[in-house]
Amino acid sequence: MRQDLLRHALNDIDLAVHLPLRDWDLLLRQARSADLLARLATLIERAGKLADVAPQPRAHLESALVLAEAQGTAVRREVEHVRLAVNSLGIDLVLLKGGAYLMAGLPASQGRLFSDLDILVPQDRLAEVEATLMLNGWATTHHDPYDQRYYRRWMHELPPMLHIRRMTVLDVHHAIVPATASLKPSSAALLAAARPLPDQLGLRVLAPADMVLHSATHLFYNEEFSHGLRDMSDLDLLLRHFMQEGDFWPGLISRAHELGLNRPLYYCLRYCKRLFATPIPESLLAEAGTHGTTARLMDKLWLRVLGSLHPSARDIGSAAAGQLLYLRAHWHRMPPWLLAYHLCMKSLRPGPRSEGTP
Amino acid sequence: MIVADLSPGDLQARLRTGLYLRTGPFVSCITSSEPLLAEGIALHYAEHAVETEFADFHVRIARPRNLRRWYRPQVRFYFDDAPSFHPLPADQAFPMLEWGLNWCVTNQAHRYLIIHAAVLQRQGKSLILPAPPGSGKSTLCAGLAHSGWRLLSDELALIDPDTGRVVPVPRPVSLKNRSIEILKAFAPQAVFNPTVSDTIKGDVAHMRAPPDALLRAEESAAPGWIVMPHFEAGAAPQLVEITRARGMMALIENAFNFDLHGRRGFDTLGDFVDQCRCYRYSYGSLADAIDGCNRLADAA
Repeated sequence: MRQDLLRHALNDIDLAVHLPLRDWDLLLRQARSADLLARLATLIERAGKLADVAPQPRAHLESALVLAEAQGTAVRREVEHVRLAVNSLGIDLVLLKGGAYLMAGLPASQGRLFSDLDILVPQDRLAEVEATLMLNGWATTHHDPYDQRYYRRWMHELPPMLHIRRMTVLDVHHAIVPATASLKPSSAALLAAARPLPDQLGLRVLAPADMVLHSATHLFYNEEFSHGLRDMSDLDLLLRHFMQEGDFWPGLISRAHELGLNRPLYYCLRYCKRLFATPIPESLLAEAGTHGTTARLMDKLWLRVLGSLHPSARDIGSAAAGQLLYLRAHWHRMPPWLLAYHLCMKSLRPGPRSEGTP
Repeated sequence: MIVADLSPGDLQARLRTGLYLRTGPFVSCITSSEPLLAEGIALHYAEHAVETEFADFHVRIARPRNLRRWYRPQVRFYFDDAPSFHPLPADQAFPMLEWGLNWCVTNQAHRYLIIHAAVLQRQGKSLILPAPPGSGKSTLCAGLAHSGWRLLSDELALIDPDTGRVVPVPRPVSLKNRSIEILKAFAPQAVFNPTVSDTIKGDVAHMRAPPDALLRAEESAAPGWIVMPHFEAGAAPQLVEITRARGMMALIENAFNFDLHGRRGFDTLGDFVDQCRCYRYSYGSLADAIDGCNRLADAA
């Protein structure tokens, strides 16, 4: 229970609110390290129970609410800047992930913190978009020639762009998985199905099923899962919201087939149910995939990693599981020869400074 | 229980597993095996309460797991196990704790409007000294703290939006370079730890918060004066009243998180400054500076 305190708290707000101080001491740390403190705070606030929390932990929930609210305002403003730039080319701006949840007013935006903004543009307009963004104050990062080549030849996005005055980071994607990856969902299909937002001209988000599939693919095929539990919580909230549309479930399965994203969907549904008791029909799980030997191994690895993001829950087993998933992610991202080349280059070259401030 | 109740051995044992130390509204769980850190805590935090159940911040000061553990040893600051800041020489363990705890407050306590300023209080009213480093803020603050003013903080003015009052975080006052000798001469009763040389800020010593700062650590202060200090060697003291708008801008320019608080932050700060008188103060000596602040308080 103590290892898993954060998940229990997210699943049962009443339990969280009345936890003794000793448990809050740990819960706050788990929530902060998983980037879920603001979400926990929002869930408690929306349940009208903030005042029931003891004053010491409540101060941290209030702090997280202030931060989340300010970030929401900042992201709305930033979206408007990007929209104006991209719309000037006659292209609608398609938002991905957190930015999309926020602008579409989805529950998954509640208490979600941001480090950057992600957008999807047609690959044949990528050069124009980049040039326009540069004219509007965004500059490329990663000036190292190897990194530039890594992004531009093999990845699904430009090197992150930094706005030189606002210091905001923009990730410009032309696909949702690397060009070298084993999965090959069609970006054209995603863009064609993207939906306009009511009352917001020139702005689109992915269709509901695509939004779920992208989030799942991003989580289960990425080498970095420090936000794993946050991403699972996003998926849980997305599914609970979209399932209110009558034909969402069958549409989700057929869309996964069309885009070749059955596997990430299977993991998404399976672990949402396991971790957050998302009300997913049993029949749907069976339809989404079979549970073979590989899947049983993946269960062990993913549940271990998703449940041990904070040091209080970490051990040798979870470290090993993280390493294996890291290798697996790279395996899926690029063919073996390229992977060997890339890891070799990375190990020989000084890496970016990842420390400094936490 | 307070820190002074612990024997040096007990304190070190607590520090190995985590000492829950109260400083104003915050409790920090501090873990470290550095002897210098234990000495610093025993000296500066003797009168502070030791808690048991809940900490706002979990911090650790430890040697890195590499050669620098032994060769010209260094220490690192960890916030809840995540390394933060660059490593520093091990003899800077205590200053590092102080800087780290400030960082915790400015990054995690957004419930408050946080302004980079020294805060003192007399006659129930707060004196806020917002100023960038190098302006003489800490020196003046330390001098006032030994001249009948109560110290609330030498670095962080925490304004509570719910009450519009300043909340104290009494902790040691950080002094640099020549200020150390000036203060030792000005207030012989002040308690200092040994000066640490060659830090990023030059020579650094910490002065223990005077006893009444700790006794009244739960007592917030009402708005009073905002004074922008400016030390200029040899200059005649010059206290100039400025508009409240300018005073508010001084607070905003020195705020850590004004941008996060939106409309409510603006209103909170506006209401606060409405109840203050604002000044710019140039002076050439500590005695002049203290004299000027005393006259403000006496005139009120």
